[in-house]
Amino acid sequence: MKFNYQRVNTVSEALEALSGNNETRKILAGGTDLLVMIQEHLISPGELLDISGIEELKEIGEDDGMIRLGALVTHGRIADSPLLREKALPLVESCGEVGSPQIRNLGTIGGNLVMASPSGDSIPALYVLGAEVILASNEGERSIPIEEFLIGVKKSAIRSDELLVAVIFPGMGADDRGFFRKLGQRKALAISKVSTAAIVSLRDGVIASARIALGAVATTVIRTPRTESFLVGQPLTPEVISEAARLCSEESRAITDIRSNAAYRDEMAGLLLSRGLAEIAEEN
Amino acid sequence: MNEITVKFTLNGEEVSISAPPYFTLLRLLRERLGLTGAKPGCERGECGACTVLLDGEPVTSCLVLVPQVEGRRVDTIEGLSDGDHLHPLQQAFIDESAVQCGYCIPGMIISAKSLLDNNDSPTRDEIKRAISGNICRCTGYVKIIRAVEVAAERMREDEI
Repeated sequence: MKFNYQRVNTVSEALEALSGNNETRKILAGGTDLLVMIQEHLISPGELLDISGIEELKEIGEDDGMIRLGALVTHGRIADSPLLREKALPLVESCGEVGSPQIRNLGTIGGNLVMASPSGDSIPALYVLGAEVILASNEGERSIPIEEFLIGVKKSAIRSDELLVAVIFPGMGADDRGFFRKLGQRKALAISKVSTAAIVSLRDGVIASARIALGAVATTVIRTPRTESFLVGQPLTPEVISEAARLCSEESRAITDIRSNAAYRDEMAGLLLSRGLAEIAEEN
Repeated sequence: MNEITVKFTLNGEEVSISAPPYFTLLRLLRERLGLTGAKPGCERGECGACTVLLDGEPVTSCLVLVPQVEGRRVDTIEGLSDGDHLHPLQQAFIDESAVQCGYCIPGMIISAKSLLDNNDSPTRDEIKRAISGNICRCTGYVKIIRAVEVAAERMREDEI
């Protein structure tokens, strides 16, 4: 591993550095993907811009119902946050299953987003939370919905002069119930074969709204709109849950790759949904 | 390439040491500081053999670069014993015969220490979760988990 190294301590220093054109530069945050890619000679950046010391990007905040996570908040801190357990349960559950304790203490939410892997575990949760990504550059800030930020396998809409500074989303309300479930080769240190995140809003035992996202089945995380509309207006009975699972498997349209095959992924996407919904039904 | 100098707290003592910025913390410990307890295994963050505590939290030292430890606290397996007495975790690993080839053990003990620092009565599931990032290829997990339970019991008794 050899590269030039530059460390910045504030967002403005980072943006200044990023404004200069340098095609071989990579941004180092938690390093849990980037340093592995360098070790495996998949990339060989000429320069690393180390943003890991920028304190202003490490805050978890809530303002008027909106949650704001700085880009450098680690998976471990999200998993342990009482505020997020109350307001963003699918995200807490997904971050608690990323990698291992050691990886969760290093890896950041911003890094998980910028890597834009379809199997990035925080991403389905952020889809169902309706998250927006905040990108900063010397020209100012822009905010884009997560669905528009992630455009393909390991491709995002970030420009080379931009820094992902935060992700924001409305906290879950009192009627909202949510979960994240994933399947991998083993419980720890396994990239997801398939994952399902969902938030349903329950009023008087009936689903008022539903958001479902599937990870690792397609080139980006996908929503399942037909399953979502089917659920609205229904009570969470075993029959409804099983029909939702069937629809969800149909909508999954999974791909076959090194980690799993399409048929298994489709089936499991629905199964994970039914398990999560059944647990919500039990608790209500 | 130019080396940089970092200052940090290593096992309770201030150190100042130079290394190239692309060195990992693991390499710094082993090649510049003579501390070979943290082991290179996969060097991809997957095996946990290189686990150390960074500001009290377990991390894989193969995925931390030297400049990132500036001003921070690093604790390695070498800092656990006071010189005369082993840490209760170390003693329990010996007493419970939890060590086979031994390569994973420094990382295992560091992960277990982080658990016991925050939770003096962990359940078996909590222990499994705490060491889920540490792979033992001898697969001696049963005795390792037992050793952590024994250490926790002894540490609780010592508190009384």
